[in-house]
Amino acid sequence: MSLEIVESCVNCWACIDVCPSEAIAMGDTHFVISAKKCTECDGDYADPQCASICPIESAILDAEGMPLNPPGSLTGIPPERMEAAIKEIQLR
Amino acid sequence: MDLTVLDSDPVSEGEIATETDVKGCSAGACGSTDDQVSQLPESIREKVQNHPCYSEEAHHYFARMHVAVAPACNIQCHYCNRKYDCANESRPGVVSELLTPDEAVMKTKAVAANIPQMTVLGIAGPGDPLANPEKTFDTFRRLSAEAPDIKLCVSTNGLALPDSVDELSKHNIDHVTITINTLDPKIGAQIHPWIYWNNRRIYGEKGAKILIAQQQKGLEMLVDRGILVKVNSVLIPGVNDEHLKEVSRTVKSKGAFLHNVMPLIAEAEHGTFYGVMGQRSPDAEELQDLQDACAGDMNMMRHCRQCRADAVGLLGEDRGSEFTLDKIAKMDIDYDAAMKVRAVVHAGIAEELAEKEEKKARIAGVVVPQSDSSQGLDLPPVLMAVATSGGGVINKHFGHATEFLVYEASTKGVRFISHRKVDQFCIGDDECGEKESALAGSIRSLQGCEVVLCSKIGYEPWEQLENAGIQPNGEHAMEPIEEAIQSVYQEMIDSGKLNETAQPMEESVSA
Ligand code: SF4
Ligand code: SF4
Repeated sequence: MSLEIVESCVNCWACIDVCPSEAIAMGDTHFVISAKKCTECDGDYADPQCASICPIESAILDAEGMPLNPPGSLTGIPPERMEAAIKEIQLR
Repeated sequence: MDLTVLDSDPVSEGEIATETDVKGCSAGACGSTDDQVSQLPESIREKVQNHPCYSEEAHHYFARMHVAVAPACNIQCHYCNRKYDCANESRPGVVSELLTPDEAVMKTKAVAANIPQMTVLGIAGPGDPLANPEKTFDTFRRLSAEAPDIKLCVSTNGLALPDSVDELSKHNIDHVTITINTLDPKIGAQIHPWIYWNNRRIYGEKGAKILIAQQQKGLEMLVDRGILVKVNSVLIPGVNDEHLKEVSRTVKSKGAFLHNVMPLIAEAEHGTFYGVMGQRSPDAEELQDLQDACAGDMNMMRHCRQCRADAVGLLGEDRGSEFTLDKIAKMDIDYDAAMKVRAVVHAGIAEELAEKEEKKARIAGVVVPQSDSSQGLDLPPVLMAVATSGGGVINKHFGHATEFLVYEASTKGVRFISHRKVDQFCIGDDECGEKESALAGSIRSLQGCEVVLCSKIGYEPWEQLENAGIQPNGEHAMEPIEEAIQSVYQEMIDSGKLNETAQPMEESVSA
């Protein structure tokens, strides 16, 4: 039972301070969750704290590998809209 | 989340206050000059007098720096993308060097020793300083003890502010800037999609309501403790523009000493909600109208440059690259010795500012003379842009200007309105292919101005400016800005340009 931080993490330090299990640490290129220590906040909070404060969509995955904050859920930007904007910028 | 704040050192503060007291005819009474600081109640004026962020005058002399020690944030703003830096106060796309409190203290002392004009240290991000209380307060605690001649300031979105007021009042932090974009949860939900509060992520109006309540509560608590509060708002056309007038009234009635309206910066490449969704930024005139409505006579933030969270130096410049960690490590700083030098430098600046003040008072005393033909007529005010690299004089080549200061000349005198950023068109000899369109860009940024004063200007831009109805003027190179503007305005009156027609410039374009 553990969450996972993946490389889209921007190292903003927000999650490390709110983790009740001291399961988060700075890794080589981004923050990482210790699978041993992570409790998914069970018994401490209703929601996993790291995923409740993380500002980056898809940076934190659940035990099944699914993003807890899927694209569009935090920024409000519909994913198609983001893709279109990226394409347009690349064409410039 | 926003700009920085702070004030002066005790040495020069005393001197300046004295000079201003003696001056008698303050700018406000004479209806001239941009020196809004002198209109403040004395207790506040003393605190902000030498602060580069509050006085157009002081910011040419005193420098500020920000240290990026606070990475985490507890809310989301639609003008911010955490993949870069905090977009509100930083130019997005440039990632700052995150410092530990120890490194921040080292850097601050190194900068203060090398740039004695540095009087103000701010923590503004890249996240929310109060969402990183340990890092922020550790830095403040150590600086209060080790570098007592530096004033401290902090900016916040306000969510954690009520919990931080006790700690803030311990560190002699007398300026706090709160970014307040709205008082209405419906509008708030369109700007701040979620907050992190009591261990949950709270979305939409519910979250916005909590944020707004915390901001107002924090504002009241700070005012109660006698801590100065400045409020920043981001002007987002169609979202909170008209509403900002109400924000202004409310925060001022609660005791904020200043309300600073800043333009939204939104480009698709920043990856922000507003950027990607095509929300437009306000144009210069729109911003000025709102600033006029919100600030009234208190326009002392018009030179606000929306600095990065790790800016170092005078406003509008960034010397951060001279003070990277590896460079600081090689510096051997004796701060006690540095403090002595700093005191001397500050006193020198105070003297120079006081002299300028006196001179200004003299100019202000001279009512703009009017020609016989214009007597009794209501002459229109004229906006003039100035190319300057500081020191209060016209000393920049038009083609090298990265920004212009805009002043309004009228029969009441000269007042500073705003600065406007431009794209440089004269980047180097190999960039000439870009020249024409970039020049058009800087002309666009001068919209509304009838005259541009600079030290020099090339033939081609001269012609194009004239075609755009903007009169270039290189005759006042190295002259003090206000005096030059006043004499140009006088020339316009004498030549009858102002009473012939309301829009003399537009006529010449269509002709
Ligand atoms: S889910 Fe909870 S325990 Fe696990 S890393 Fe996140 S905050 Fe820590
Ligand atoms: S909150 Fe998210 S982006 Fe920030 S450090 Fe943690 S995982 Fe990375």
